[in-house]
Amino acid sequence: MALRQIPITAWVGLILTGAFAFCAIFAPWVAPHGNGEIVGDVWEPMSAAHWLGTDNLGRDLISRMIYGARITMEIAVAATALSFSLGAILGFSAAVFGGWFDTLMSRFVDLLMSIPTLIFGLVVLSVLPTNALTLILVMGILDSTRVYRLSRAVAVDINVMDFVEAAKLRGEGKAWIIFREILPNALSPLVAELGVRFIFAVLFLSALSFLGLGVQPPDSDWGGMVKENKDGIVFGIPAALIPAAAIAVLAISVNLVADWVLNRTTSLKGGRG
Amino acid sequence: MADKQAKTRPMADGQAGSGKLLDIRNLRIEATVYPPGEAPKTITLVHDVSLTLEKGKVLGLIGESGAGKSTIGLSSMAYGRGGVRITGGEVILNGRDIMKAGPRGVRALRGREVCYVAQSAAAAFNPAHKLIDQVVEAALLHGTANRAEAEKRAVALFKKLSLPNPETIGERYPHQVSGGQLQRVMTAMALCSEPDLIVFDEPTTALDVTTQIDVLAAIKDAIRDTHVAALYITHDLAVVAQVSDEIMVLRHGRLVEWGGTQQIIKEPRQEYTNALVSVHEIEHQEQQPGTTPFLSVKNVTAAYGGGHVKVLKNVSVDIYPAQTLAVVGESGSGKSTLARAITGLLPPEQGTVTFDGRPLANRLADRPKEDLRQLQMIYQMADVAMNPRQTVGTIIGRPLEFYFGMKGRERDKRVAELLDEIEMGKGFIDRYPAELSGGQKQRVCIARSLAAKPKLIICDEVTSALDPLVAHGILKLLLNLQQHEKVAYLFITHDLATVKSIADSIAVMYRGEVVRYGAKSKVLTPPFDAYTDLLLSSVPEMEIGWLEKAIKGRRMASAGN
Repeated sequence: MALRQIPITAWVGLILTGAFAFCAIFAPWVAPHGNGEIVGDVWEPMSAAHWLGTDNLGRDLISRMIYGARITMEIAVAATALSFSLGAILGFSAAVFGGWFDTLMSRFVDLLMSIPTLIFGLVVLSVLPTNALTLILVMGILDSTRVYRLSRAVAVDINVMDFVEAAKLRGEGKAWIIFREILPNALSPLVAELGVRFIFAVLFLSALSFLGLGVQPPDSDWGGMVKENKDGIVFGIPAALIPAAAIAVLAISVNLVADWVLNRTTSLKGGRG
Repeated sequence: MADKQAKTRPMADGQAGSGKLLDIRNLRIEATVYPPGEAPKTITLVHDVSLTLEKGKVLGLIGESGAGKSTIGLSSMAYGRGGVRITGGEVILNGRDIMKAGPRGVRALRGREVCYVAQSAAAAFNPAHKLIDQVVEAALLHGTANRAEAEKRAVALFKKLSLPNPETIGERYPHQVSGGQLQRVMTAMALCSEPDLIVFDEPTTALDVTTQIDVLAAIKDAIRDTHVAALYITHDLAVVAQVSDEIMVLRHGRLVEWGGTQQIIKEPRQEYTNALVSVHEIEHQEQQPGTTPFLSVKNVTAAYGGGHVKVLKNVSVDIYPAQTLAVVGESGSGKSTLARAITGLLPPEQGTVTFDGRPLANRLADRPKEDLRQLQMIYQMADVAMNPRQTVGTIIGRPLEFYFGMKGRERDKRVAELLDEIEMGKGFIDRYPAELSGGQKQRVCIARSLAAKPKLIICDEVTSALDPLVAHGILKLLLNLQQHEKVAYLFITHDLATVKSIADSIAVMYRGEVVRYGAKSKVLTPPFDAYTDLLLSSVPEMEIGWLEKAIKGRRMASAGN
């Protein structure tokens, strides 16, 4: 596909998301200072030495932001990937198998969803050791209930189409039906959901960190950094706004990319017009 | 019914004397399409079409899908459906150009001077309101009558359209009446505000033949008695021949031929019209049934909803190698259910299906792959029978891979051969279904089932969603393939013309039972039972005056009447 067919909004999204991803992957090389290194006074203003100033403990804010990007995106991406693979596969299976499997899964998901996510997360995390893996598992599994419901609803509709019946008449196995007949046709709503769910994962992580159950210091995700620097706002210090803005920019750029992908997955002509 | 001539309506200047009601001059209609990843482009749907319609006359607009007939019909209400723009020409109704009437003027005219009868009444009625409220709505809105008058008029129209219980049927909701009745209620709705012109957009296309004839007769009577003019849009020449005074043949948005009904159907001047007129004639020599059927259905009873709704009662039919059994009947007669019982999608409650001398497992899941391969199916709606995300190559190639383990070049070679067999060629291998026309889609479905090298293909109404000329091509293809591949067909259809051209034996189904069964020549020779007689006499013939003759000669009322 020609590069100039990519719309400008998608370019903006791709470049920004790419920049975030670059920072996340190469954090130790990109960041001018270490993550926990105290380099100056508390809440120093922006300067040539410290581009974004320093934080509440005198650490270089831009270095913190870059390491924060790594932690935030690592956990959010892994959790979203987990929730989508788990939710979508179980949701499609429930639609295709039906019967007791569907009933059992759906009621279990209803049960999980009836408990407010944040409270559920807090309870689980206060019992389990707080590390990245637990966070990913808890967030991924809790979020997969939403994805499950969406995938099941979409797949139930597709499952009654004639082409699925034709595949069943041919004698195809469930795996072919789920991955080759249903998945390609369910991709559009799932991609649309993906953009939103990823951002919810970032926000959920921020909420957990804000409450002290997320990423533990001295490491910090962007949400945690908002918390660390929130007191500065009273004194007119913008340090808390920078990670907040980063979350917003990430949200927008990821969704710009998702929308573009969506345009392509909805095309019934293989995206070649 | 108030007399139309007595109606007082201020007439525009310049209209007095001339009998012209509608005068469309050099109509040009365009639409903008937005292909993904490309610049939007404008396509022309209707090219400089002109027509005139006198008061009380009926003009039939005929053509295949995409001919622009509905688009032209709707332009008489100054309406363009789905982003369609009327970009040129004049539409003069009652002496004034309604394209210049502005939104307010157009609102005043729709539902009063021009009314519209849609193809699918079931989709066009609001399910939340009673019929009578919807029927009188336009008359009340335009103030042509008060509620009591309008209701009286509606009841009179219900009576005229021979609806059952005309006094009370209006109290029902749309889902409480049958499809044919709903179509007549919709005609009553159009007539209720006493318009000058009604646009009938395929009003009987979605109905069974036996119901179509009643609706057609009702529409014809109503048009005659109310002196309303009409544009009658359809793709069925035999239908339009019954109701219209003149016929206009359209193709690709251009006028092909315009003339009196008699002239069009008897002496068509254009080649295309001639093709339309002679479309149903396929010569097929009936084959004698062989000695042993390879598939027999014995005393099969099947039901939906856990045995509550019996849809097949004690059905027995036999299919012989390389022959065609046609199953005919109206909707709800159980013909598709018979196919589902044979394929195992709906396990029969009683009875057996024997294949090659051994019983087939009742349930689809219990059948070995070899049995599944031998029975293939082609669906009515080719667009939903193919996965829109798979290319033609994958769609046709999958059965090869699945049943015969063909891979790579061997598979591609066979796909190309199959594409040749269905007269499409290997250039289509990378296309997606959305890039094919309706007829091509159905051909790909045929290739997909042929790829399995089956003994039997079940064809479920495979031509009913297609234009007559395209359907004709598909039938010819199926017959050719039968000769080459020695495949048998179970051909489910409601169209008797199709049956005549393709079948070797026929089973007529009515309410879940086979009422008549045997070789084609035997089934189609009198004496008939009452239902077969009704079915046969309801098939429109391309002959003026057929409708009246058919109605008079009937022995049995059709269902839903």
